Amino acid sequence: MATAAFETPKLKPYPVIPLIAEGSMAHSKPFVASAAIQQAVGFPGELAEGWEQRAIAKMGELLGKYRSLQVYMDACVHCGACSDKCHYFLGTGDPKNMPVARQDLMRAVYRRYFTFAGKHFPKLVGAVDMTKQVLDDWYAYYHQCSECRRCSVFCPYGIDTAEITMAAREIMDAVGLGQKYSNEIIGKVHRIGNNLGLPGPALEDTLLGLEEDVKEDTGVDVRYPLDVQGAEVLLVTPSADFFAEPHVESLIGYGKVFHAAGISWTLSSKASEAGNFGMFIGNYEQLRKIALRIREAALELGVKRIVVGECGHAWRVAYSFWNTLVGIGSGGTDPFAIQLQSQLDGRYKQPMHICELTYDLIQRGALKFDKEKNDDRIITFHDSCNVARASRMGDLPGGQFVIPREIIKAVANRFHDMAPETIHESTFCCGGGGGLLTDDLIELRVKGALPRMEALKNVVDQHGVNFMATICAICKAQFSKVLPYYGFDMGMVGGVHQLVSKSIRLGEPH
Amino acid sequence: MSALTIAYALLFYAATAMLVVGVALKIRSYLRTPAPLKIPTTPAPTTQGGVALRLAREVVLFESLFKSSKWTWIFGWMFHAALLLVLLRHLRYFQEPVWTPVLWVQFFGTYAGFAMVAGLAGLWARRFLVDRVRYISTPSDHLHLALLLAIGASGLTMRFVAHTDIVALKAFMLGLMRFDWQPLPGDPLLLLHLTLVALLMFVFPISKLLHAPGLFFSPTRYQVDNPREVRHVAAWAAALDK
Repeated sequence: MATAAFETPKLKPYPVIPLIAEGSMAHSKPFVASAAIQQAVGFPGELAEGWEQRAIAKMGELLGKYRSLQVYMDACVHCGACSDKCHYFLGTGDPKNMPVARQDLMRAVYRRYFTFAGKHFPKLVGAVDMTKQVLDDWYAYYHQCSECRRCSVFCPYGIDTAEITMAAREIMDAVGLGQKYSNEIIGKVHRIGNNLGLPGPALEDTLLGLEEDVKEDTGVDVRYPLDVQGAEVLLVTPSADFFAEPHVESLIGYGKVFHAAGISWTLSSKASEAGNFGMFIGNYEQLRKIALRIREAALELGVKRIVVGECGHAWRVAYSFWNTLVGIGSGGTDPFAIQLQSQLDGRYKQPMHICELTYDLIQRGALKFDKEKNDDRIITFHDSCNVARASRMGDLPGGQFVIPREIIKAVANRFHDMAPETIHESTFCCGGGGGLLTDDLIELRVKGALPRMEALKNVVDQHGVNFMATICAICKAQFSKVLPYYGFDMGMVGGVHQLVSKSIRLGEPH
Repeated sequence: MSALTIAYALLFYAATAMLVVGVALKIRSYLRTPAPLKIPTTPAPTTQGGVALRLAREVVLFESLFKSSKWTWIFGWMFHAALLLVLLRHLRYFQEPVWTPVLWVQFFGTYAGFAMVAGLAGLWARRFLVDRVRYISTPSDHLHLALLLAIGASGLTMRFVAHTDIVALKAFMLGLMRFDWQPLPGDPLLLLHLTLVALLMFVFPISKLLHAPGLFFSPTRYQVDNPREVRHVAAWAAALDK
């Protein structure tokens, strides 16, 4: 189905906060999941009689399970500090894309059913009943949040809209109103093993093809192994890395790093996906069930280390949640965690990001590079939201900003950062994260990319930047799609390990 | 004992009970609600000491607000800092003898009243002048500001324009605390000031004023960034491991 025409925002030389344009994105709604998709992941097929009560009951349940939600419903003072921080607001001007207003869509209902003031003086505090109209607003605007957490950085109380968006999507799923894109993918990951629905034999073929390509290109036998029992490292990477451009270039790079360092590694056909869309829909059980595949694959293959490829939200789930969800980490004292943690090598961080692994090897002098091979590229780095604001690398706070940049500087000569207010913890989301990377939301994705495109334009004009490196599969796919809307070449975006791949020395050809 | 004294004595007992019990109940509900996942907003401290410093910076300096909006920070910080001085100054009505630090703060607390009113006026102006903030403002947001401004203005008026009998007032307050009620002066301005303060105490636990305790229970701010080193599992989530 074609989406309606829309105008790509103009790039301005400096950021301008738009005036509010009420209702300008009210039409933006992703396709609704069919009954079959819903039921495959254990949700009701459609809205049924009495959904309002079930929605309120679900909200009550979540308020009791998540301190974040309970506190964030109460603590907001409407100060407006977040009001100009969301890329979707900056790109669309729709006031309901201001984080505070997005939160208020739920807060209004929360107040009505769970607070004294809202029960008795609804008008005074802006409390509303749960109605179909409210639900429609939820569906539209809780699918215009990429859960990137930029608002949380700037909120004086740390209120994280992502937590509220996740809760809203969980409530909508629980009453039978799911989003097609995310829920279809979750079904696929359970059925086939990865988000893209690539079955085991096809994966094997793809990896053999990669080995041939690399051999042809470099003359070296670099292996891309699958399901190797007893390998040292299990690499879990987003499935886009297996065939999408530019993603696959980074996968080639990971293999070269393992080859050059002499580390035995394997991919798993069972856990052929690092992505975890359970987070996008805020469903703890799905989040855990999807992560469980990685644990099981690690136990079956008997690996000593688990390394995660270039994927933003997957790294958030791996770094922040895996230990909690399925015991991938250290420090566990219960039998469930110990079963896995006693198998893993405690001398290494578990799980480890591929950038941490490469950086450590560079630090130890185990990798050599011909940096000039990247001289045709003038590089900048886009901090992916989930890596920047919801995870870490290395031992120090902010390692997730330092390590990828240090890798780039070790493998290439020409690097320029974008404006300070658009990188590190203040980075802008690519516009396609959080379960929004679907063509039915293309207008939102293009408009939401505006702040990043403006920052990119500045370094293109000032330094001639022609390559934006990033470590997220969603960022790569999103930018490939939206860069042309802003007059850039879609090939400008690529992975950090794509750069590593280009300049790494592999030793003598065999 | 006049009806007025009895009414205000009961009003203040009720307001105090509401404030203390209401906030305690809220804090209890925050404490009882688990935070099942590690969600500190990075770059987050990796130690408990680091978290204490982070929270201290948020409470004392409004660090995050400073990063987001300088105008809101100026007015907001000015109001809160002034409010603190004003509250400290008011302690003298509740103690005999008065602590030395409270004596020291009298001068600053007196003039902080103006800063408090100026800060509130600035915050209120934003609700009209900035289109985004105007959009999100509810009647209750305006009323909170009106309430605080009226408290500040009535207090300043009694201090600088129409003096009230503070000796009798202090006797009334001490009497409340000692359960030995003393007559309350019938100055209308004073009664207005006291009524509004009692109202503020009443709404505190059922309004957005909960942002004060809320900050300390915000997982993005109080959690330690150590998920790979420590397995963090909430009780309801641990049940899934079985």
